[in-house]
Parts: sequence; C-alpha cells; structure tokens
Amino acid sequence: MPLITYREALNQALAEELERDPNVILMGEEVGQFHGAYKISEGLLDRFGPKRVIDTPISEAGFVGLGVGAAMLGIRPVIELMFWSFYSVAFDQILNNAANLRYMSGGLVNVPIVIRGPANGGTGVGATHSHTPENILASHPGVKVVCPATAYDAKGLLKSAIRDNDPVMFLENTILYNDKGEVPAGDYLVPLGLADVKRAGTDLTIIAHGRAVINSLKAAQFLEAEHDVSVEVVDLRSIRPLDEETILASVRKTNRALLVEENKPFCGVGAQVAYLIQDQAFDHLDAPVKRLSAIDAPAIYSPPLEKEQLPSPQRIVEAVLKML
Amino acid sequence: MSKPTSATLNPKAAPPAAAPSRAGLAPVNARLTNAERLGLFRLMMRIRRFEERCLRAYQQGRIAGFLHLYIGQEAVAVGCCSVMQPDDHVITAYRDHGHAIAVGMNPNELMAELYGKASGCSKGKGGSMHFFDPARHFWGGHGIVGGQVPLGAGIAFALKYKGVKGACLTFMGDGAVNQGAVHETYNLAALWSLPVVFVIENNGYSMGTSLRRSSAGPGLAKRAEGYGMAWDLCDGHNLYEVREKTDKMLQLAREKSQPAVLEVMTYRYRGHSVADPDSTYRTKEEIENYRRTKDPLTLVHEALVAEGVLTEDLAKEIDMAARAEAERAAQFAEASPFPASEDVLKDIYWEEDNPTQKQSRGRIFFH
Repeated sequence: MPLITYREALNQALAEELERDPNVILMGEEVGQFHGAYKISEGLLDRFGPKRVIDTPISEAGFVGLGVGAAMLGIRPVIELMFWSFYSVAFDQILNNAANLRYMSGGLVNVPIVIRGPANGGTGVGATHSHTPENILASHPGVKVVCPATAYDAKGLLKSAIRDNDPVMFLENTILYNDKGEVPAGDYLVPLGLADVKRAGTDLTIIAHGRAVINSLKAAQFLEAEHDVSVEVVDLRSIRPLDEETILASVRKTNRALLVEENKPFCGVGAQVAYLIQDQAFDHLDAPVKRLSAIDAPAIYSPPLEKEQLPSPQRIVEAVLKML
Repeated sequence: MSKPTSATLNPKAAPPAAAPSRAGLAPVNARLTNAERLGLFRLMMRIRRFEERCLRAYQQGRIAGFLHLYIGQEAVAVGCCSVMQPDDHVITAYRDHGHAIAVGMNPNELMAELYGKASGCSKGKGGSMHFFDPARHFWGGHGIVGGQVPLGAGIAFALKYKGVKGACLTFMGDGAVNQGAVHETYNLAALWSLPVVFVIENNGYSMGTSLRRSSAGPGLAKRAEGYGMAWDLCDGHNLYEVREKTDKMLQLAREKSQPAVLEVMTYRYRGHSVADPDSTYRTKEEIENYRRTKDPLTLVHEALVAEGVLTEDLAKEIDMAARAEAERAAQFAEASPFPASEDVLKDIYWEEDNPTQKQSRGRIFFH
C-alpha cells in the first residue's frame, strides 16, 4: 500500500469525492488559488475549476451559512475552516441551522454538509487558534463529529462524511498533517461511529481520539519496552456516533481504563466515556477510571509550557504507571 | 365580473395611498385578472383572520412560547410571494405565518404546529417561528435574527450552481440589518453575483427599539451601495407597489443573477411578540393612526372597490370565509393529537430515520 501523509490522504478523499459526485463542492478561505492554508486542497482548483473549489472572503458565518443553505437544496458542500477555532464566529450557523434544521422542519429539510479543518493546540499560536471543540459540537444532537488520528482514517472517514446525509463536523490536526501512513490508492470508506483498536494489550486500556491516540501509542510502546506493561489503545475516531461496544469490550478485557484527550477536562469527551464505563462495566474495573486531558487553562503560548499543557507521551506513561 | 373601465371607477372611493387606476399600473399589476386581484385580497384577509385566531388561542393558553404576529404587514408577504415564479424560493425569519400562508401552506397544519400537535407542518417540533414547506420552496421560518440570511444566499448559490433560472427571496426585519451575518452575506451575494433578493420588512421597531435608536446611517437599504448592490424603497402598505418592485428585483436576480436589497416600509399592530409590553416604546395613537390610514387590507379593499372588482358584499363573504377557515384550523389543531413520546428522537438524523440505508455504526443518542 502507498505510504502517504495525512494531508495527502485528505487531499485524495476530496479529489475522489469531487470526481465521484458533481454536487460536492469545496469552499473556504484560501482553498483555491492558495492551495489551502495547510495545502490540503493542493491542486484541486486546477483540476476541478473555480465553480467547485471556491475561495471565500474571511466571513465564516456567511460562508458556513451559505453552505447550509446550499445543502438544503442538495449540494454537498465541504466547508474548510482554516482553523476549527474560527467556528465560534459561525456558531449560530452550525448549531441553529446545520444541527437543528431537520428537527425543526419535522424531517423535511436535510443538511448534508461537512465542515472540516484542524482543531488542535501545540503549535505556538495562542489561545484563540488552539480550540478543540469536539465536545462542544458533539453535545448538539443533529451533528456527527469525527476526529481522525491517522492518514488511513482521515481518508476513509472524510469520504464517509461527504456521503453522509447529516451534517458532519470533521476535526483534523495540523501536527498530524505530515504523518505518513499506509493508505489505499483507490476508494474505501471508514464508517462513522466505528472505533479502532490501534494496539492490542492486556493490562490497561487507553481510550483516545485525534493526536492523543498517536501519543498514547508512543507511551504504550515505551511501557512495553521499559516496564513490561501491555497497554491496549482504542482510537475512538468518531465522537458522535460513539462506538460504545469497542470501548466496553476493551475495558472488560483489561479491567483498567485511562481516557486521554488533548481537549480541556471539564465536560470533555472523556467525561462521557467515563460515565459509560462506570455504568456498563463497573464490575469489570480493577481501578477507578482516570482521565488525562490538557491542563485546564486557556492554551498558553510559551512553547515549552504549551508542550507540557497537552498530554505528552511522558505524562501518559506516568498516568498509566500510577494506575497499575 | 367584467373588467372595469375608467368610467366605472369611483374616484371618491380611492384613498390617496391606494393603487392608481389600472391604466397607470405596472405590467405586473395591470395584467392581473379580476380573479387574481380578488385572490390577493383573499390571501391577505386569510392571513389577517388566521393571525387573529392565533392571538385568541394564545390568550387561551393553547399556544406556548412566543407568538410574533404579522397583522399589519400582510401586503408585504402577499405582494412579494405573488410575483414568485416556479423556480423561485423563499426564506424568512420568525414572523413567518404570513409568508407560509402566502406560499400556499395549509392553515390547519400551521395552527396545529402552534398547538404543538403531531399534525403540525413540522410535526409539532418547530413551533411558531419554524414553519417549513420545501415542496413549496419555503425554507423557513428561522428564529435567530439574521440567521436565515446566509441560508437564503446559499439557496441562491445552489440554484445558480445547478443552472436553474430561479431566485431566492430572503426576508429579514429591520433589526436583522445590524447582524454581522447579514453583512457577510451581502458581501458574498454581491461578490458571487447570486440570484437573491433581500427584502427588509421595516416595521420600524427591532423588538422595542425604534429604528432611530438602533440603526446608524441614512437608511437600511442604502447600505447595499457599499456592496455595489441595487436597492430600492417600497411602500409596504401598497400591495401593487410591493409587487412591482419585488418583481423588478426578482427579474434582475433571475435574468442577470444580480442580488438586490428592497426595503419595504410596513408596520405591525401587535407587539414584537404577543406577550411583550407594547406601550414602552410607542404610543397607542401611532398604532391607531396606522390602522386608520394605512391598513393594507383596507387599502386593497378600497382599491379593488374603486377598480370595480370588489363589492362590499363580496368583501364580507371573503372575510367570513377567512374567519371560518381560521376557526376550522383552530378546531383541527385542537382535535389533533400531540406527538408521541418516541417522536422526540425522530427527525434528528436522516440516517436514523432511514435505517435500511444506514452506513454509520455506534451510538448516536445519549439518554
């Protein structure tokens, strides 16, 4: 299988879906002539033309809402947010329109839109550009939320998201854009709502999403080599729908669960997963469920401290060792 | 009924603000048959009586939440929607009952929606502010001030993308013009030459804040100039003028794919919402003055009498029929069942409602 970057995988997914369905369009700031602020859409303007790859002014509420309106008539817009952090200025369009329209119309209106872009800290851009809103988005019935951690999942999930008839919020990570992985050249789908056991283990389960999966895998490797601890890593891939079966099966096997995320702790994804585990697998637990999240402060700028703020492999290792 | 000649017109019956004689009408109005003229009057009357019946139901505690009545503004929705062509679309804000009736929605399903009944147009899930009828190209009914405006541009975008020669009438109130989303949309619509007509229904008050206290600059529609868009002002009490000016802008949108802004001066007799106090920001005299001199129903009534199209008897008949229809709607709503408990979780995700085509896995609801 070809080894390509997460960025190239997203680019392939977009190109393949633009090719497959004439109703698919890509719209956002700098997606065309500039080839994407993070080059996700490189070459797409040349290939598909300005009717389908559309540069927008800096007006997130305007073009997200415009995308929702177009989606109501059967267009399948993929809206790129240069950073998911900018969702805040388009929040009304996402949550009142994309999320609620089907319900408020009694099922008469559908919004097959994808809103995608990077949602992560760790890049020295300060609090305004480091938001991770997957928990906030997922708390609104009507939307689906996915957070791919690998190139393979990025392509397969994006293609599923574009074909989905419901609004899908697709959260990427700039730090992962250059990560390489094996990705099939042609068409394949990763279904939404299906977690993936990225590493099998027996002593403890780490449940994570996004880049926290990658750091958890590094920690697991270290723990195996240095401490002879066997850690299973479950990659949620999708926050809503949530693959409860895979989570519970893993916890019932290892009897310990550590929930890792780069998001803030309060009302984070881990809080929901912790509730699930105590509710459904309480008798299988040999230790309390623990969570490891970003330190609960706005994203700090200072580079060394920013690294500490996010759950590093080292912090994950320490958290695991405390639980054994 | 035969077409009136100028000799049959009674100049004394024609009030100053009413439509001019047929000879002076724009083609879009001059070509109306007598039946069509009566149809427009009937539509306005049906909206008026429907709204009055809503008010009664609200006062009786049958309707929850807000009730934003359209009484006084009828000529706007009826005038604008009556010049729509089959490929045109419409979207509006929360004061949406008039537009819904104007596009042909059934008052029974509208009233049932207000009552929160399963037979409502949104199955009782949307309420007063959220009526929809995509089959009639009516895309809501939106509760957040200005929030529907980008959607209207999106509808226009989709029409253009698909090569359909239609346009989207995008209504908003005078309060919406100060929302950022509206300005972002103006810019996008002008930048991309979208076939959209922004109709500002200027009733003078954004909730309880008068125009003077809420909007800077020389005029609301004039702001279109900053975006290079055409704009115009319109007397919203004059049905013919609303039709004429809307038609002109819709043609511009359809034929040249150019957006435009039409500011329609109108007035609402009731509070922003029925439960809101109405005496803190305007006088009774002001409301009374509008009712007496500018009521759109009265003006159309008088104009049609003057044109020899309408008689007092026929007007009474139309009125009684409208009252009866509104009453039937209330009875229909009253007799309809509420949604079942299990309906709460339907109509959220397309995929959950179409399980045979479901592709995703996992748990979607968390209760």
